Amino acid sequence: MAIPKVCGIETEFGIMGGAGEHNPIAASSALINAYVNEFQRRVGWDFEDEAPGNDARGFAREGSAPPEVETNLVNTVLTNGARYYVDHAHPEYSSPECTSARAIVIFDRAGERILIRSMAAAERMLGAGQGIVVYKNNSDRKGNSYGCHENYLVDRAVPFAKLVHHLIPYLVTRQIFAGAGKVGSEAPGSSGTVNFQLSQRADFFEEEVGLETTLKRPIVNTRDEPHSDGQKYRRLHVILGDANLSEVATYLKVGVTSLVLAMIEDDWVADTDLTLVAPVQALRRVSYDLTLGLPLDLADGRKLSGLDIQWALHDLAAKYAHERGLECLGPDGDGDEVLRRWGAVLEGLESDPMTLADQLDWVAKYRIVDGYRERHQLSWDDHRLAAMDLQYHDLRPERSLFSRLDMQRISTDAEVETAMTEPPRDTRAYFRGKCLQRWASSIAAANWDSLVFDLGTDPLRRVPMMEPLRGTAAHVDSLLEGCRSPAELLERLGS
Amino acid sequence: MPEREQKKRQAPPREETTEEAAPAGTEKGEKLKAELDDLLDEIDEVLEDNAEEFVRNYVQKGGQ
Repeated sequence: MAIPKVCGIETEFGIMGGAGEHNPIAASSALINAYVNEFQRRVGWDFEDEAPGNDARGFAREGSAPPEVETNLVNTVLTNGARYYVDHAHPEYSSPECTSARAIVIFDRAGERILIRSMAAAERMLGAGQGIVVYKNNSDRKGNSYGCHENYLVDRAVPFAKLVHHLIPYLVTRQIFAGAGKVGSEAPGSSGTVNFQLSQRADFFEEEVGLETTLKRPIVNTRDEPHSDGQKYRRLHVILGDANLSEVATYLKVGVTSLVLAMIEDDWVADTDLTLVAPVQALRRVSYDLTLGLPLDLADGRKLSGLDIQWALHDLAAKYAHERGLECLGPDGDGDEVLRRWGAVLEGLESDPMTLADQLDWVAKYRIVDGYRERHQLSWDDHRLAAMDLQYHDLRPERSLFSRLDMQRISTDAEVETAMTEPPRDTRAYFRGKCLQRWASSIAAANWDSLVFDLGTDPLRRVPMMEPLRGTAAHVDSLLEGCRSPAELLERLGS
Repeated sequence: MPEREQKKRQAPPREETTEEAAPAGTEKGEKLKAELDDLLDEIDEVLEDNAEEFVRNYVQKGGQ
C-alpha cells in the first residue's frame, strides 16, 4: 500500500530594494529580521542532521560533508512549523509538513502573506523609500533562475531507479497545467524564437538525473536527505516546478504528483511505459508549444503529445482510485477532488485553454500579456511585455498583476490567516509549532526532525521527531496541555 | 490508452453542441472582451513607469 503522501513546498523569492546599493543577501536578511523582530521570538535552525550531499543513487559526493552551512545568515523557525531563512541570495519560505495538496495551498498562501507582512515591517525598520520588494517567480529573464521545490515522503522500499523511470514523463509534461508562464526564452540559442512559453523553469534544465540544484539542473534530483527515518522513507526532492500564484495550479502540481507517486509505490504503472527518447529536449518542446499538440518521441516508437501523456496517466489514476482508493492523499476526500480537477483541467486544455484563465497561471498571464500586446500593437520583444511578466509575480497587493485577476480559490482567507501562525494539526509540524508558541525561550534550535531544548542548567536536550506523522494534535495535545514547563515536557517524554 | 481513444472519438458531437449555442457564445465572448478591456485599463495604471529600466535592473543571482 502506498504510504501517506506527507509533503512540503519551499519557495525562493526574487528580491529588490533595501538600504543603499542593492545587496540581495543584506536585503533578504533585513526582510526576515524585520518580520521576526515584530511578530515572533527568534529560534534558530539546527544543522546537525543536514546532509545535502548524499545521493539517492547510493553514494555521497566527495567533499560534500559537512554541508555548506552559512550559519551567519538569518535562519529561523516560525510557529506555524515553517522555516523562514536566507538561502544563497534569496529569502526562502519552506512550508511545514502537510498531508494534502489542499493544506499545501493554505500554507503556501500563508507564506505569501508572511512575505507581504515582512515587506511592510522592513519598510518600517529601514525607512520609507528603502522598501524591499519580493517577487514569487523563478527567473530574472537574464538566465538566472531560483527555485520552488516540492518534497514528498516516499516508501524507501521503492527502488530509486523505478521512481525516476516513471516520474520523468510525468514531470516533463505536467507544466501544461503547472507552468507559471514566461514571455520569451532564456535557453541558449532560443532568443527571439519563442514569444511565450508555459514554464518559468524549462529553460534551465540540462540533465535527466543528478544531485545538482544550481548548475546543470536535473529533471529528477537525487538529494537523499530524508529528514525522517531513512530506513523507512525517502524524501523525494522535486526541483523542476514553477512557483505558482494560482491556487488551482499549486493544488494540482502537488496533488497530482502525490497521486503519481502513490501509483508508482503500488506498482500500478508497471505495465505502462511512457519513456521519452529525449526528456530534456521534450521539456522545452512542451514548454514552447502553446498548441499543446506537438508530438514527443517515446522509446517504444509512439508519438504522444504532453496532453496525451497526462491523459494516459489520468486514466490509470481513475482506475487506481476506483480499485485502491486515494486515502493516502489526504483525510477528507482530497484525493478524489485532485483527480476530478485534474480531469477537468485536461479537458479544458484540450478544448480551449483560454477557458482556464481563472485557474492556471500560464493561461492567466498569457491572456493579459497578449491582450495588452494587441491593444498597443506591440511586438513580443517589447519591454512592457517583459515588465508585465515580472510584475505578474510582484507580491505587493497594490502592484501585483495577479492580484487583479479573479482567480478560483482552493483556500479561504480565514484558513490562510490562521496558517500564518498555527501549524498543521496532522503532522509533526504540530509539535514543533506548539512548542515554539509556548516555550520559544527554552528552544535553542529546531530542525525538520528534531527540537533542541536549552533549560539553562543541563546540557542541551534534543527531542528527535523521525516520524513525520507523529507529534500530531491527536498524539500530543493532552501531553502539552498537561505540562506547565518545558522541563516537565522533557521529563514526561523521557528524553 | 483505450479509454482516451474512446473520448477522442466522442469529440464531434461536442462541436455540434457548440454550434447550436453560438449566439449565447458570442454574447459571452463580448462580455469576456469587455472584462479584459477593464482589466487592461487597470494594468495600464499600475505598470512600472519605465519598463525598460525596470526589466534591466531586475537581476537575481545565486538561486537554486
